[in-house]
Amino acid sequence: MSATKTTIAKALNAGLRKAMEDNPKVILQGEDIGKLGGVFRITEHLQKDFGEDRVIDTPLAESGIMGTGIGLALRGYRPVVEIQFDGFVYPAFDQIVSQLSKLHSRSRGAIKVPVVVRIPMGGGIGAVEHHSESNEAYFAHTLGLKVVFCSNPEDAYWMIQQAIECDDPVIFYEPKRRYHEKGEVDFDAPEAPRDLFSAHTVREGTDLTLVAWGPMVKVCLDAAAVAAEEGRSLEVIDLRSVSPIDIDAITQSVEKTGRLVVAQEAPSFVSVGSEIAAMVTERCFYSLESPVIRVAGWNTPYPASKLEEHYLPDLDRVLDGVDRALAH
Amino acid sequence: MSDTDVAATPPIGGMDHHISVDPAAGTEPRAAADGGPDMVQLITPEGQRVPHAEYDEIIGSLSHDDLRGLYRDLVLIRRVDQEATALQRQGELGLWASLLGQEAAQIGCGRAMRTQDHAFPGYREHGIAWTRGVDPMRLIAMYRGVDKGAWDPAEFGFHPYTIVIGNQSLLGTGYAMGIQRDGAVGTGDDERDAAVIACMGDGATAQGDNNEAFVFAGVYNSPVVFFCQNNQWAISEPNARQTRAPIYKRADGFGFPGIRVDGNDVLAVYAVTTAMLDRARSGEGPSLIEAYTYRMAAHTTSDDPTKYRVSAEVEVWKLRDPIARYKRWLASEGIGDAEFFDAVEAEAEELGAHVRQATLDMADPDVGDIFDQVYVEPHRQVEDDKATFTAYNDSFETEGAQA
Repeated sequence: MSATKTTIAKALNAGLRKAMEDNPKVILQGEDIGKLGGVFRITEHLQKDFGEDRVIDTPLAESGIMGTGIGLALRGYRPVVEIQFDGFVYPAFDQIVSQLSKLHSRSRGAIKVPVVVRIPMGGGIGAVEHHSESNEAYFAHTLGLKVVFCSNPEDAYWMIQQAIECDDPVIFYEPKRRYHEKGEVDFDAPEAPRDLFSAHTVREGTDLTLVAWGPMVKVCLDAAAVAAEEGRSLEVIDLRSVSPIDIDAITQSVEKTGRLVVAQEAPSFVSVGSEIAAMVTERCFYSLESPVIRVAGWNTPYPASKLEEHYLPDLDRVLDGVDRALAH
Repeated sequence: MSDTDVAATPPIGGMDHHISVDPAAGTEPRAAADGGPDMVQLITPEGQRVPHAEYDEIIGSLSHDDLRGLYRDLVLIRRVDQEATALQRQGELGLWASLLGQEAAQIGCGRAMRTQDHAFPGYREHGIAWTRGVDPMRLIAMYRGVDKGAWDPAEFGFHPYTIVIGNQSLLGTGYAMGIQRDGAVGTGDDERDAAVIACMGDGATAQGDNNEAFVFAGVYNSPVVFFCQNNQWAISEPNARQTRAPIYKRADGFGFPGIRVDGNDVLAVYAVTTAMLDRARSGEGPSLIEAYTYRMAAHTTSDDPTKYRVSAEVEVWKLRDPIARYKRWLASEGIGDAEFFDAVEAEAEELGAHVRQATLDMADPDVGDIFDQVYVEPHRQVEDDKATFTAYNDSFETEGAQA
């Protein structure tokens, strides 16, 4: 074990580099990912080291990036396409939903499209409109896609490689406000510490289960630490994959704690949190001591950045949700 | 092509002097126009061979067997189309998109391809499918609702039918980018160098995806030939509602050649497509072919064209029929005689009967198809639903057994 402290951004870069070294069919494409290394520098130096044929600066056209990425996969490549910001994925939405998600099933398995779509997601960076969205529900709702979030450097390093190895298309969300937060990564470990699609219990507890993914995992861990000072034992699950959902991990926890709060940046209306609430209610109704509480972005478009602190669920709002669940 | 070439295009009079007026647009309705002077035509509607300095050599390299083979292709795929249309009318297919009138465009294009090339069709490319060896029953299975067009594209160099208009142009362009990365372009090896045919219709030229495909292919100089069948109608909307400039002239703006060819002239389409595919395989990049043709039938069997177009227009195009003119030329040259034409006719009748019987015999899909192959690797929620469905379904059998 030779763990190194690094950031999510650097871990993603290292994971991409490793995947490219391991498999010459892995290629990256997106806007500004070459010389610039991407607007978040996730692909920094990769074009210099792997060449312009494998790290492709594309025209500014997301449907084009996505559609040609699928075409490259049809020719046997494993493209990792970068969508520059969450709110810019919609021009590619048609290609993702109509082609990427369906080609395997419509060809009855003849076609595989192992494309990874990297999307820096979420708010909290004071950005202008269209740069702070949590749009995972659109893609989770599209069967044929898999949708995952990394929340820490270790997962960032391993999950990006696992997503690239996966023969199914994967929407890979990166919590952009956490890009520069540090954590330990064992770059020499022989294999990934956990499966790409399993939830990870990142803090054990007995009074209530908190489920979160991406940028909200840290908020929930902080909330659990504060709650512990008040004598409340919260279990925190980093869901990691919102399609598929590792429902057993959640229900096992809820059967123990009897209470569930789901925290997400996305609006609660018709969301992944809503789906989890429904699934848990169906599966462990008699274990529940309180209704499932969703702590989420408000049911509005993402606000102007001067208001985002009122919009994004923070530690206090998560604890408020915890209080409401425990009040039953 | 340099900027100067584009700027040198002579302006045409009137206020909109930046707009390329379609040379095909005369006084008659545009959809009945004959393609104009820029259109490459090697056989006239009357069956006369027109010499062409650029393309005669390509046609000259075809043997009489090849030339007769093209005729056979045209007749057989028309017969398949006719039978499928009839089967839909009799309730055996959910839908059919007829290629009537577009046989020459598709056969000419498909036969210009090499084994290692790859086509990305829309949903009407039955003729190209035929040339790639895709059994027409595979197409019919899709329109019957048995599957969604489930052939292996790697086996045929023919991607599954694509229904969302324009999507396939980008897939084809990406595939062509892959060909470049495989070093399978410009090597001079006829068995190795490959190119893509990306199909679209005139309606699809309005789609963003097609325009993005033109940008990507142009920027990366990818080996893709955009093959546009301008059949004059996008369901009920004529060309004038899809494009102001002639389609082939759009290529100028993207920096690659655009050619209008008589889409009802199988030799012209074959020659132009061969030349553009050779160009792409040798590393000279993309091109746009506008095959000027006409959708003689309805958009699909669900459509009623009498609501939006006049029969006089259809009558004009009947005189330009792709099979009649080619047959006249073959006969006049002595390449095809009565015995040959009769034999093809008989083969077509056999094929029609086979299509009918095979459709009636086609098994319904297994209900497991709903859940299987949604993913390569298992997905928990799909597995859960399959288990729920199976239990639900089995419950009826149990009830039946008890009764």
